[in-house]
Amino acid sequence: MIDYTHAFLIILAMGVATLATRIAPVLIFGRDRKVPDLILYLGKVMPYTAMGLLIIYCLKDVSVLEGSHALPEGIALAVVIASYIWKRNTIFSVVLGTVLYMVLVQVVF
Amino acid sequence: MKITKRDVAAAFQTSLPIMVTFVVLGTGYGIVMEKHGFGPLWSVLSGILIFSGTVQFVSVSMLSGGNILMAAFTAFMVAARHIFFSISMIGRYQREGKRKWYLFYALCDETYAMLSRDETPEGVNESAYRLLVTLFDQSSWIIGSFLGGWIGSFLTFDSTGIDFAMTALFTTVFIQQWMDTKNHFPAILGITATLLCRLIFGRDLFLIPAMIIMLATLIAMRSRIEEEGKGVETEAVCGEGRGGEIEEVCGQGHGGETEEFADNDGRTSKE
Repeated sequence: MIDYTHAFLIILAMGVATLATRIAPVLIFGRDRKVPDLILYLGKVMPYTAMGLLIIYCLKDVSVLEGSHALPEGIALAVVIASYIWKRNTIFSVVLGTVLYMVLVQVVF
Repeated sequence: MKITKRDVAAAFQTSLPIMVTFVVLGTGYGIVMEKHGFGPLWSVLSGILIFSGTVQFVSVSMLSGGNILMAAFTAFMVAARHIFFSISMIGRYQREGKRKWYLFYALCDETYAMLSRDETPEGVNESAYRLLVTLFDQSSWIIGSFLGGWIGSFLTFDSTGIDFAMTALFTTVFIQQWMDTKNHFPAILGITATLLCRLIFGRDLFLIPAMIIMLATLIAMRSRIEEEGKGVETEAVCGEGRGGEIEEVCGQGHGGETEEFADNDGRTSKE
């Protein structure tokens, strides 16, 4: 028998915690009409840093030592990068890389 | 705020790869929820209250019998990267009025990747564009998770590996940013600090140390980075002309710089 009240409270608690990560910086640094210079500076440079963080975050469960030795990821990423430099088309590169990756993990490796 | 057809079309085009992936991943989430005894409406509720794919997948195993404080702590650890994203959107969203609360609440990885680029297409209302991209992304995730809980058990499509679409998406943004800027230090910092922390702290704990290192380094290197970023400074000046809306103008004005660096960057492929 599932305790639905408890499940709701869990979702609520996790929702509040997640919301806190998104809203707290705004409540702390974004209250005044004038945003502090340091925050404006960080806003400019952080997207460049954050993409690196996100890419590694996506690959956090990949191991070079075990399983398929990160080969599907390496091959698909190389194709994404090369095709993007070639065509400069996000959808093209994402679809191409993802289909290739799905074939690699489902059929090849 | 008036939303034109053009705004909708532009936001739709930007969101399309995200929406497709979110519907598929959301379906996966809905199926898992259904298998644990939580129907489609529970998935929708979770998509509204939590709205973070990673947190929601983690939450499934905690729904029946998990400790509430532990659940909150886990969610915080997994979602901590949003702190990073929100900080860098404060300047951009400052003039969004009440809409900014929705924009921050629904700022997921993918929406951030699209909107931190400051690439609102020409002739498109930036506020409408931001709102719509955020809304399209969130609703496609919720619709997907509803479908998963509703008809997911009838689907036979093997979607293993579809989540690579997000890795690919972030990689294309990374490459574009690399070509758009002269100073690659922030990009390299993001890759190396996160990778090092992943190796040192393991897969569950690396995010927060990585973020601390990155923030500290960016702050410590501020004068050097701002000095080197001559292009950024020029843009800041043009931004002031529009009443201090620095962020709004800067990203779009890749100006001549883009062309210049786009050519001599074949070495990007090493990454």
